[in-house]
Amino acid sequence: MHHRTLPDRVVDILNAAVLAVIAFTMLFPFIYIFAVSFSSLSAFSQSDLILWPEKWVTDAYEYILESEAFIRSLYVTAFVTVAGTFVNLTVTSMMAYALSRPITGGRMFQFMVLFTFLFTPGMIPTYLIVKATGLIDSVWSLILPAAVNSFNLIVMRQFFLNIPNELNEAAVIDGANDLQIFFRIILPLSKPALAAFGLFYAVSHWNNYFAGLLYLNDPAKWPIQVVLRQIVVVGEPTATLGGQHLLENPPPPETVQMAAILLATLPILIIYPFLQKHFAKGVMLGSIKG
Amino acid sequence: MFGRSGRGGKPSLAFIIVRCKRGFRMGESKMGKWKARLWRDRYLFLLLFPGLLYYIVYKYIPMLGSVIAFQKYSPFLGFFDSPWVGLANFERIFEDAEVVRVLWNTLLLSFLQIVFAFPVPILLALMLNELRNKLYKRLIQSLVYLPHFLSWVVVIGIVTIFLRSEGMVNHVLSSLGIQPIPFLNDPDYFMPLVVLEVIWKESGWGTVIFLAALAGVNPHLYEAAIVDGANRWRQIWHITLPALRSTIVILFILRLGTVLDSGFEQIFLMLNPFNMEVGNVLDTYVYFKGIQQGDYSFAAAVGLFKGVVGLVLVVIANRLAKRFGEEGLY
Repeated sequence: MHHRTLPDRVVDILNAAVLAVIAFTMLFPFIYIFAVSFSSLSAFSQSDLILWPEKWVTDAYEYILESEAFIRSLYVTAFVTVAGTFVNLTVTSMMAYALSRPITGGRMFQFMVLFTFLFTPGMIPTYLIVKATGLIDSVWSLILPAAVNSFNLIVMRQFFLNIPNELNEAAVIDGANDLQIFFRIILPLSKPALAAFGLFYAVSHWNNYFAGLLYLNDPAKWPIQVVLRQIVVVGEPTATLGGQHLLENPPPPETVQMAAILLATLPILIIYPFLQKHFAKGVMLGSIKG
Repeated sequence: MFGRSGRGGKPSLAFIIVRCKRGFRMGESKMGKWKARLWRDRYLFLLLFPGLLYYIVYKYIPMLGSVIAFQKYSPFLGFFDSPWVGLANFERIFEDAEVVRVLWNTLLLSFLQIVFAFPVPILLALMLNELRNKLYKRLIQSLVYLPHFLSWVVVIGIVTIFLRSEGMVNHVLSSLGIQPIPFLNDPDYFMPLVVLEVIWKESGWGTVIFLAALAGVNPHLYEAAIVDGANRWRQIWHITLPALRSTIVILFILRLGTVLDSGFEQIFLMLNPFNMEVGNVLDTYVYFKGIQQGDYSFAAAVGLFKGVVGLVLVVIANRLAKRFGEEGLY
């Protein structure tokens, strides 16, 4: 592009090298955890640093995937992720569309949404309301109190504002009402945007730990993140997963912990390429002041 | 892509005629204007309703529910019958030595985050912006964005696995003849670890907004600067950084509004009996006091105090930003 001097090139190479090191620190934990999760007890205890499994041992994975507690938490989280994302998309898109139209009292409703950025009710009053609405120890406590994300709502409204008004006018002339316009015209047009918002909502459900800790006392309803904390952070893999006594050669707790981390992260890693396709666009959309 | 925005676009004549006809059919002349508008918007209100219900039930009623901070709330008596105690709970905040220490921990952590973690995405964005090879840039970006999408449980789990006494780092240290270091239990390591975790998890993602701002910079500016003999550093100083200024200011205002927020999940997962003294922050304190010990009113008072301070700080920071000629938040 332009004339480059020698020191300039040195800076370029240095910059690229430093960035490579930074990027590697993001990757390294996964390489190590992956390698250990497939290693045997002897390989793990003899070596300081395993970067590739010596011979592939899948004991840890077999043990985890046979654990009722783990599978149950996967079911809970899968349900919360699917049902929660559906609720999120339905409620957010409907509200965002209504606010993108010249609705009576629109400014007041927008202020209601924006004010929650400046002031959020504390943990305790929210907890008491969740309790009052009968959601303690129900998986719906992970869904309903997080039905709308204000940031997503504002970005989605901005998206609807960018749809040309002529579509709406034409539909009104054809005798369509606002419900029909929204469900028959606007939503089908917005599929790619809904997919993007859906991915973000789904990730937040999958990764949520706080709501499970706060609202679910019954271990049978724990989502994956709460179970994962017991296994890895609290350090009780066998007590959490159970069934260890049934095995002749139980896998070492370290490999079980690492396998659990990878299994719980796998869905995120799988959808990550799709996320990437969407997120730059989403954030840029949001940075435009509405 | 689209020429006109939904609001800015003028309605066509046919549209106006149809709207008018419908208005007459509804009997706009008989009903009050207000009523007519509500009737016109009835389907939009139907669409708005579930979301509005969500905001009222899970945002605004809890805001009103904060009144328990002025009560001696008892779950058996409820919001309406619990006795009022005025400001007693708030007086307790500043009399209780534990709360004062927790407040200090919170402020110290925020200060460290702003000094060490806040500038990292800006630096990282500048570095990424200097990369000439587009493919390499995208590869680095995909790697540094990844940790943002991991849960805090996974991140703290990784930290635990690496840093615990029998973990990889201590294995390597001991093979180098260094005594094992109790990273996770030693209070001295708590704050640095928390800041490093935030840098590791969020810095890459934090660059997205800055890179978006840089994508809007006119390339002619750089060409003109080169013609004027500006070297690379001067280009960064005079073109790239000024392009980021308003974004930095807005993010800084937002950050100030959250100085009393510490990120509950991360801190809670990092806490143990050994580091509780230096690690307990307002968020976790409210949880321990309110949810675990059932002292709802006092915990709500601490939470309300936190929320009001945050609101006041954002308003002040926004005023200051505007005084210095920046656009501000609102």
